[in-house]
Amino acid sequence: MQFLFKTAYNDDIRFLAKTGEKVRVAIVVLFLLAAPLFLQDYYLAELGLLLVYAIAGVGLMLLTGHTGQVSFGHAGFLGIGAYAHSVLLAHGLPFIVSIFASAALAGLVGMALGRSASKMHGFYLAIATLAFGILIETLFGEWSSVTGGHMGLAVPSLQVFGMSLTEVWQQYYVDLFFALIVIAGAANLFRSPTGRSFVAVRDSELSARCLGVNVEWVKIQAFGISAAITGLAGALLAHHLTYLAPDVFGVLESLKLLLMIVVGGLGTILGAILGAIVISLLPVGISFLKGVLPAGIGQTAGLEPLLFGLIIVLVIIFEPAGLYGRWMKIRFFFETFPYYRKSSFVRQKTYLKTDRMR
Amino acid sequence: MLPFSDVIHLAITGVAQGCAYGLIALGFVLIYKATEVVNFAHGEFMMLGAFAVLALSEALGWGFWPSFLVGCLSIGVVGYIVDAQIMRRIIGESQASIFILTVAFGFIFRALAGMIFGWNARSVEAPFTGKLAIGDLVEINYDRLLIIVATVIFVVAIRLFFRRTRFGVAMRAASQNQLAAYYMGIPVKRLVSMTWALGALIAAAAGALLAPVTQVDTTIGLLGIKALAGAIVGGFGSIYGALLGCILIGVIEPFADYFLPGIKGVSAYVVMLLVLFVRPEGLIPQTYQKKV
Repeated sequence: MQFLFKTAYNDDIRFLAKTGEKVRVAIVVLFLLAAPLFLQDYYLAELGLLLVYAIAGVGLMLLTGHTGQVSFGHAGFLGIGAYAHSVLLAHGLPFIVSIFASAALAGLVGMALGRSASKMHGFYLAIATLAFGILIETLFGEWSSVTGGHMGLAVPSLQVFGMSLTEVWQQYYVDLFFALIVIAGAANLFRSPTGRSFVAVRDSELSARCLGVNVEWVKIQAFGISAAITGLAGALLAHHLTYLAPDVFGVLESLKLLLMIVVGGLGTILGAILGAIVISLLPVGISFLKGVLPAGIGQTAGLEPLLFGLIIVLVIIFEPAGLYGRWMKIRFFFETFPYYRKSSFVRQKTYLKTDRMR
Repeated sequence: MLPFSDVIHLAITGVAQGCAYGLIALGFVLIYKATEVVNFAHGEFMMLGAFAVLALSEALGWGFWPSFLVGCLSIGVVGYIVDAQIMRRIIGESQASIFILTVAFGFIFRALAGMIFGWNARSVEAPFTGKLAIGDLVEINYDRLLIIVATVIFVVAIRLFFRRTRFGVAMRAASQNQLAAYYMGIPVKRLVSMTWALGALIAAAAGALLAPVTQVDTTIGLLGIKALAGAIVGGFGSIYGALLGCILIGVIEPFADYFLPGIKGVSAYVVMLLVLFVRPEGLIPQTYQKKV
């Protein structure tokens, strides 16, 4: 068992408190940096896509996991980022300007939504964001003079500072660069008063208000930051898709993002990353299952959504803290090696929390 | 401009459609009031109901009404099992998890229905054919009329159930204060599951009645989301409010599709968002904020 001795005030707000954590993060970062040396192009492109989804997941996690505001329409922000980025690039803006402009646009739309959402809660919010997602998808389809409508929109090729980045590994490094910045930024956010007030609003709006937190403004901020990060992910995603169509950013994509953070573990940044890994491995797992199952079941069209649903149901029932919770248990087992007891993590009895009286 | 007779016709079909939404919303409201869970898979109960009736009448050769009865009851049993086996376990989890869980149920039901009944649209034979005409202007197909009549019957029946029967009064008590109801010896868990069964049953009935009008396929569950939008417009707190909102949505929809083809199919959501922007808690608020 490892004890944490705090010897300085800074210990409380350090990114990584334990040596083990530092080593693990260093290994992962080194692996990601060195990946192009030993991975084939196909796997490298998949890894890049995984990083993009990790960015989007962190974006949604800030909102749903940390601030407690459910969003069923986050694919809309992904789409706003992707379309804005492609349109701006096509008008000749440089990559760096365009990607931040599209993230900012998504952020502004997010703040506008957050402005009205800050007064809603619970399922009103869920339905409002769901409707927002559906309407944004319709907008992409109908506004054909800008978005190309259902015909789709070709994404200009990736060019940074006049250099044309067409190789897979070059695009991978762009993804990695933004992923590292976003993850470090999100981790940093939760050391600051802003981030802590997000968590306070999630845990109890009443207590947060008592402590002087401006709940409405916090929700607007959370929506804005979350939407901007998701928009950034959308802009990067555009380069992976190379061709944008409205139905890519539909309700199903929003649900995929939610699946990601729920399976990963709500309320943790690591959870968003774990969720992105699951989402990326899911198609592989499903195609494997199709091979194993008897042909009658394996070939039916509904297998994918069925598994999609089953995974969510099983995870929420048996491991509400997601993969992150499982990881905590495994780590705890090794750290306290002979003393691990099942009762360490026994779930408490829970009761209905009424939402009618906040 | 539309000729006047078309306006009347669109309005009548709109009311019938709105009543179908209203029947689904009835289930939403019942379950919400009992457990504060919004069941996003409610539209899927409706779809299962339509398929159950279809399967019973096709496979066993039963008429519409026997298969209607058996089909709705069996979906009610499904609703009971969903609550007793699964929803009960996650009471007290974060709302996000519960929403996502019900959405996931929708996926599972849709996939299973597709696997069992096939992915193509199927049509169901209507119990009545022909249309009722009053004067030159008003005419309505019997199958649409049936939906309106059924809605009225269900609403009256539910009102009587909640006012007059022991069971209904116990359900109301449990929804107002679960703990107090429990202390009074009311079997809260069983009642909540019964509420789920009731909600699922009504949704299945809506699906079965709607089946002859529209075709049946796995995507008709999406009507559930529109019903939810209607319920929010009218107010989630009361059955009548929700019903009124749904009829409003149902009437607005065909006109919006006609005049604003750009938002075809999504006008319900536009109306709902507008309402939510003006009254974020719905037209009739259900939550009371504590003052600091």
